[in-house]
Amino acid sequence: MITETYQADDRGYYGDFGGAFIPEMLYPNVEELRSQYIQIMQEPSFQEEFNQLLKDYVGRPTPLYYAERFSKKYNTKIYLKREDLCHTGAHKVNNTIGQILMAKRLGKNRIIAETGAGQHGVATATVCALMGLECIVYMGAIDIERQAPNVARMKMLGATVRPAMSGSRTLKDATNEAIRDWINNPVDTHYIIGSVVGPHPYPDMVARFQSVISAETKKQLQEVEGRENPDYVVACVGGGSNAAGLYYHYLDQPEVGIIAVEAAGKGIDTGESAATSALGREGIIHGSKTLLMQTPDGQITEPYSISAGLDYPGVGPMHANLFRTGRGEFISVTDDDAMQAGLELSKLEGIIPAIETSHALAIFEERTFKPDDVIVINLSGRGDKDLNTYIEYFKL
Amino acid sequence: MNRIQQKLQEDKKLLSLYFTAGYPAIHDTMSILQQLQDSGVDMVEIGLPFSDPLADGPTIQESSTAALKNGMTTQLLFEQLKDVRKTIDIPLIVMGYFNPMLQYGVEKFCATCAEIGIDGIIMPDLPLAEYEAQYKAIFEKYGLLNVFLITPQTSDERIRQIDAASDGFIYMVSSASTTGAQSGFGNTQSAYFERIHAMHLKNPQIVGFGISNSDTFQAATAFAKGAIIGSAFIKHITAHGANSVADFVKTIR
Repeated sequence: MITETYQADDRGYYGDFGGAFIPEMLYPNVEELRSQYIQIMQEPSFQEEFNQLLKDYVGRPTPLYYAERFSKKYNTKIYLKREDLCHTGAHKVNNTIGQILMAKRLGKNRIIAETGAGQHGVATATVCALMGLECIVYMGAIDIERQAPNVARMKMLGATVRPAMSGSRTLKDATNEAIRDWINNPVDTHYIIGSVVGPHPYPDMVARFQSVISAETKKQLQEVEGRENPDYVVACVGGGSNAAGLYYHYLDQPEVGIIAVEAAGKGIDTGESAATSALGREGIIHGSKTLLMQTPDGQITEPYSISAGLDYPGVGPMHANLFRTGRGEFISVTDDDAMQAGLELSKLEGIIPAIETSHALAIFEERTFKPDDVIVINLSGRGDKDLNTYIEYFKL
Repeated sequence: MNRIQQKLQEDKKLLSLYFTAGYPAIHDTMSILQQLQDSGVDMVEIGLPFSDPLADGPTIQESSTAALKNGMTTQLLFEQLKDVRKTIDIPLIVMGYFNPMLQYGVEKFCATCAEIGIDGIIMPDLPLAEYEAQYKAIFEKYGLLNVFLITPQTSDERIRQIDAASDGFIYMVSSASTTGAQSGFGNTQSAYFERIHAMHLKNPQIVGFGISNSDTFQAATAFAKGAIIGSAFIKHITAHGANSVADFVKTIR
């Protein structure tokens, strides 16, 4: 019997989703990466350098923490994978470390990136500072206004932050601008995409760099529970990189339930939502065939979530496939429920989560688990960057 | 033989213009087409606006955003073009991005184009491999030519593949850039134009991106069969209005 796989095939397809729908101007850049990424990642010298930096610079392995009071409240066993303890405050840096090493091996000396709230921009600016490479981060003009501390961080790290003035002037437009930059600079530039989105090989490459999350989880769970596999893995999904990292080594283990948590915003039917699985249809965004929010005419629409990191109109092709095949269970959580869950974790466990992560923590209001279920939630980021939103919301 | 193939056999350098449908005003489409034909333009790319035009610079981004705000849709454009062949006989190409075509339904889109009398399609983000695997049969069923792009970075091997897959002309992007990004051609372009010329491809080439005036038109067509102007034309009608098409064409040749 052939085991069903939820990994990408060699053309970058996850079932019906993925591929590389890119203009010819990008073909040489993307093809150069596609033809070499697996080979480069498997080189012993690459592995050694990547793992060393994850250990000494990022601070891996991150703990797998049994959240006793939080578990007690919901009468089940909840472990938190502490990606919030990574250098720069979120899982994003796992990918930027990998891609900067990839860029160096491809002989690139100029790095571009897109960012929404600024977390991926900061993680990219950080590794560019580490490696002494030029860094240009595209960020929507509206996001630049909303996220001043992260803009300042990127500047301190030596990056140039360029405002995306087109379209809705947020993350999708910053991504468009980064792609346009790459079209205009095809030879010396590497584009560090921040999520499991974009043309093949990006979704697979970023998932592989983030897969360290589930590789560690397996070992750590074996130590504390005597088994590698939890009953459920849970993560929030915007583009879906932290989720891809936590799911990766469990994708083809049917006994592990996969739960993806999307941002419902003000409610799925309010017109102000980012719940792509509920509201999206199959289409093309940023070079990938996937589920995305769009008008009947195929124009990409602007999503809404209180969390800037979940405010993306598409979802990575891996996740679109998990949804369509039913392998993943998709739950959406409103702004209000997420904010309450963030406050609750702070009070019960002394951990202030990023608002993205708070969405994943809110599922216990939506869904019950058995007392002996073992659940691993990816605590993908810390809440420092969201303090202003928490302050305004709770009138702190 | 389709109108594009016939036009390519004429013994002249072809001038092709691109405009965004629904811009500057929603119902300018037919009037602009008529003026283009009356001014002696050889072929037209009708731009179907998209919210996220990755390969375009600011001018076409802005005209696309404005056209969508004006209410342009795939359905509406096809309605506007319903009787186009009663008055327009030059080759017409629909140029846009693949997602709106996918949402309309690729087969329905092609069928409607054929019914209207559209001759070709340019979808920059529908690459060769995906086209051949999934959509080629549909395009061919409706007699639509699919036009592929090449750039200075495209390898000779891939240019040969694209040449083999093409049946009209090859859209030769003049430089590594988005649309409307540069002014004038340098030695890099001349070398590139000569290199492609020397490959003796079966399909003629029409140069696009960076052509804005008579000088760049002459330079682009020194080796190639023709040239396409987009951003410069849109800038002109933005400044001088949708009835000033002839004035622009006169400045080119």
